[in-house]
Amino acid sequence: MDALAAGGTPIGVGRIDCAALSTREINRALRRASTEGVLSVSLLNPQGRHNLAVGLVDPLGIEVEGSAGYFLDGPRIRVRGNCGWSVGETILSGEIVVDGQAGNSAGASMRGGAVVIRGDVGARAGIAMKGGLLLIGGHVGYMSGFMMQKGTMIICGDAGPAIGDSMYDGRIFVAGKVEQPGTDAVVEDPTAEELRWLDETLLRYGFPAGGDFKKIISRRRLWNFSKKEIGVWIEAL
Amino acid sequence: MDRSTLRHSATFSPEVIEDIQVKAELGHLRIRGWGTLKRLPSLDDLTFVPSSLSRVPLEGYREKCSTRTVIGARHGAKPVILQTPITITGMSYGALSRNAKVALGLAASRVGTSTTTGDGGMLAAEREASSLLVYQVLPSHYGFSIHDLRRADAIEICIGQEAKPGTGGVLLGEKVSAEIAAIRELPPGVDQRSPVRHPDWLGPDDLMIKIEELREACDGRLPIYIKIWASRVADDVKLACKAGADAIVLDGMEASTAASPDMLMEHTAIPTMPAIVEAVEALRELGLMGEVQLIVSGGIRSGMDSAKALALGADAVSIGTAALIALNCNKPIYVDDYHALGVEPYACHHCHTGRCPVGITTQDPELVKRLEIEPAAERVTNLLNTMTMELQMVARACGKSDVHDLEPEDLRALSIEAAIMSGCPLVGTEVNLRAVLNALGGIVSGVNPGAYFR
Repeated sequence: MDALAAGGTPIGVGRIDCAALSTREINRALRRASTEGVLSVSLLNPQGRHNLAVGLVDPLGIEVEGSAGYFLDGPRIRVRGNCGWSVGETILSGEIVVDGQAGNSAGASMRGGAVVIRGDVGARAGIAMKGGLLLIGGHVGYMSGFMMQKGTMIICGDAGPAIGDSMYDGRIFVAGKVEQPGTDAVVEDPTAEELRWLDETLLRYGFPAGGDFKKIISRRRLWNFSKKEIGVWIEAL
Repeated sequence: MDRSTLRHSATFSPEVIEDIQVKAELGHLRIRGWGTLKRLPSLDDLTFVPSSLSRVPLEGYREKCSTRTVIGARHGAKPVILQTPITITGMSYGALSRNAKVALGLAASRVGTSTTTGDGGMLAAEREASSLLVYQVLPSHYGFSIHDLRRADAIEICIGQEAKPGTGGVLLGEKVSAEIAAIRELPPGVDQRSPVRHPDWLGPDDLMIKIEELREACDGRLPIYIKIWASRVADDVKLACKAGADAIVLDGMEASTAASPDMLMEHTAIPTMPAIVEAVEALRELGLMGEVQLIVSGGIRSGMDSAKALALGADAVSIGTAALIALNCNKPIYVDDYHALGVEPYACHHCHTGRCPVGITTQDPELVKRLEIEPAAERVTNLLNTMTMELQMVARACGKSDVHDLEPEDLRALSIEAAIMSGCPLVGTEVNLRAVLNALGGIVSGVNPGAYFR
């Protein structure tokens, strides 16, 4: 066990070996580090552990040296592996970067900050997003962006079925195939300004600029109940 | 014409005709506030059998009768300690006005009980007014914040509520003001349709991990409640317990809301009374009675309803509509404004319109002013105190020095149906018809159910 977990003096860069600690012990050590001036902490042997770095509200860089399980959260995280479900769910700010792939519901209901997945993600990515940036280097599964409210999703690969279904607002950019937009989602061309912003954002996270991006936004026929739009209410994917 | 002899169809009653004609104009779901309007098997179908010669009562007005209630110590969290087992249920800022939320918080604090946030995040003024505030984690995650969660006294994972079972909430555009829209991160004026499923987990196995996530978020300090609507109660209670709940909040069919499709409120789920019984049986089967607390809501109107719920095995109750009625809901004031909505005082369930004549379920600043916080808080305080005194009085009459000592043996059923649902003997008998029926079911299913239930 590292000095951080054992209650020793914090240092600029710390390490925590997760193998012998409970999740509560790991998170308490991270919390203590975040309030005592530690700049960054490496989590060794995460072994797909759920709920890592949950409940941190002070700045701290965290490097997960392997794969994490469900509900990975935190102010500034780099995962050198894959991630389970709901990485970065409802985060308010900060940045989570996953080098590998992620399970379902990546960035679910996120309200701010950035979640970046370099590989593919499962279904329902960005579901009920309320703000921030969800950037996916690979493909996304079905019903991604479902009931999205605000924020921006960038998908460098293909979008699964029903992308953007019932979204209230926000923007989804897709470079790959969009075979089946969701109900009330409409595919448009990005503006020149949006294309410039896409290039800047992609480069900032180490992705190549360019790409044949399409933009998906809400057609807003579901904003208010209306018998004139009964078809869009009765039909769904 | 002698109108007394005119015959109405029982199938196509005037209410049914009106409903069909409204839908023929509307072309959409008929949405309204409150809950089911029809008579259901209920706690009214039970009666107490107080002490006489066979039991010794306590002095009704004076002898000690504890109402202290402890919720949520199962997994080592700091429990919620209530001075009365009558709490206030979750209602959102958005569905309710700011003044209503603050008044409810003040009243709950004054009697030493808890109130609950709702589907719109934590209002700062509500937190300030409430000494014990339960923070709901709902499928919508509107306004959800780790900072608010850590300011809470308990966490309630809302699987759903009874007035909209199997679907999410709704807040019609009239109530999605600029402020409410900003809190919920929605475009102003949209008809907000809350999701029914949580975005970040799906089934009970995921829920187990989710609960652990919430425990991590508060460092294990806060009790975790799970709120379910009364559907397959026994199964759901068992799954919630297995997932790690410290307390179960069970919302029966009589529960209300500010907006929900009428058809769901009238034709789904099971009433509060039999739901309690199912939940208690499930807790007993798991050996978790007393360890996982049961909080019951849905049509609780009085201390007597609370007493019957506790006697059936609940640890606490929650009120919603009753608290709003104490605030002034359906009071015959501003009568012209009721008429403008097409309703009358005592028969208004137009919370969904945002035009609440008494300033409770509205975001209109002029209407909100009609609900003065301090007098409103005093009325709810009085109601909570009166209900608590009613609860104590019947408990003393039954010889109990603690309201939690009320038990099914203190009750009798007034109908065969209530006897079967509650497990309480039918008045005039000592037979537990529920046990008889269950035993018969066991025998039958063990033999050949098809032969008996063809």
